Amino acid sequence: MSKPQFLWFLAATMILNSATLLAASDSSKSKPQSSYELMSSENKAMQDDPSLNPAMFWVGDGEVLWNKPEKNNQSCASCHGDAKKSMRGIATAFPKMMKGKLQTLEGQINQCRVSAQGASALAYESKDLLSLTAYIAYQSKGMPIAIKETPENKSAMQKGRQSFYQRMGQLNLSCAQCHEDRAGLKLGGSPIPQGHPNAYPIYRLEWQTLGSLQRRLRNCMSGVRAQQYEYGSPEMAQLELFLAWRARGLPLESPGVRP
Amino acid sequence: MSKTSRTSITMPSSAKKGSIIEIRAIAQHDMESGFRYTESGKLIPRDIIRVFTCTYNDVEIFKADFYSGIGANPLIIFTTIATETGVLEFKWSGDNGYEAVNQANITVS
Amino acid sequence: MHKESIFQKSRRAWFKKIQQLGLIAVGAWFSPATVFAKPEDAAKAIQEITGGKPVLDGKVKLVIPPLVENGNLVVLKVSVESPMTANDYVKSIHVIAEGNPLPNIFTVYLTPRSGTATITTRVRLADSQTVRAIAQMSNGSFYQGQAETLVTLSACTELV
Repeated sequence: MSKPQFLWFLAATMILNSATLLAASDSSKSKPQSSYELMSSENKAMQDDPSLNPAMFWVGDGEVLWNKPEKNNQSCASCHGDAKKSMRGIATAFPKMMKGKLQTLEGQINQCRVSAQGASALAYESKDLLSLTAYIAYQSKGMPIAIKETPENKSAMQKGRQSFYQRMGQLNLSCAQCHEDRAGLKLGGSPIPQGHPNAYPIYRLEWQTLGSLQRRLRNCMSGVRAQQYEYGSPEMAQLELFLAWRARGLPLESPGVRP
Repeated sequence: MSKTSRTSITMPSSAKKGSIIEIRAIAQHDMESGFRYTESGKLIPRDIIRVFTCTYNDVEIFKADFYSGIGANPLIIFTTIATETGVLEFKWSGDNGYEAVNQANITVS
Repeated sequence: MHKESIFQKSRRAWFKKIQQLGLIAVGAWFSPATVFAKPEDAAKAIQEITGGKPVLDGKVKLVIPPLVENGNLVVLKVSVESPMTANDYVKSIHVIAEGNPLPNIFTVYLTPRSGTATITTRVRLADSQTVRAIAQMSNGSFYQGQAETLVTLSACTELV
């Protein structure tokens, strides 16, 4: 590797080594911990109180889109009726195998639009897709993530698991090395979370806006200088599936607030 | 930023005469500070909410000037005395012709 | 940056090297890092508010978290002791951040109908710094309060 790359690697190794020396991390967690617990009281209050949570604007926008008829006069409501009833618990079961294909929630929203509404797919991180995702996920707020290993998702789950444990990028780090082995220790002043996807989509203070899990995962990958998975790719869906399974039982906090 | 956006008001719908009520007002707005650059080094121009006012039965009871240092999706929490039954009107205005209004009714006994 | 020797074989090449260094030095002036306000800018902003009148300490309480996870959205609460009567109330509160590119963050204008002089909002803090609040009373006097905070940044920031 070139000199600047080597210096990055050295810096990262030193930080990680000093992090391990500080305290023995308890990687044998019996229960997954939400990164909500690591936030300041102000940020927790921001998430908990709908009158303070900026993400609620996107939920409101999502409700409008839910009822908006598309080109063939079909809205989401035309098939699914009142989202408060029909979408309750739905977000806890994604990603899931639908007609032989692994779908994330965003992927399924687009699938519905294209096949049932005669509409075009919404771009990832667009206001409309984020609003719909936020509105649907919000209907499952407080419900535990319910992903199970099944014969249908077994192969996808295995691929996602491999992604999580495999070293990647110029910094040659795997997700597990930070988020499993060193969760709870500090990286550059911030505590390392276990990395559960139970609050997405989140209003991230860093982004100053709402964003999806895939956006966050791409951030992580660029953080270790790895080639980022593309939005909507099978690799993304497989990793999302594994992460959701790993977080099973954690209540959904969507839409969350994170620093 | 578009010319208007969603806003939200949280305050009690009824209060005793003379009591102090808390009002929370939040607007959906990126509040582009004017200090950020694109990847190619070009300055992104400022686009923020500049003024927020609250009137109570047409009498202005609160005003705030916002600058670039106010966070995105600006929130302001302030108080006022519940003097009479009526309507509180809230107005946000800012760069590029941005304007948003909201209102809330209060019953004062 | 490559650390090559500036002692080149020919004078022309040496001149070119010096030119490049000069450009880099000039370029650094335009980087965002050098645009932060200094306490002098904050003092100037306060001077414009008070018109040079004396500012007394006390009555103004400014609360921000002492350690901030992300400077993009920091909860800030300012409250001023005052009976808030027709004869004695807080006319305005100005909040100034010494370490931001623009020191003024917000100003609120109150009336005897306000009930309290307590305001909560969420602000951007560019760096660890001292934040000041200046309150003007109905009798024209000025009071100030301040709070210091450390601003950290998340470890995995977004590149693309």
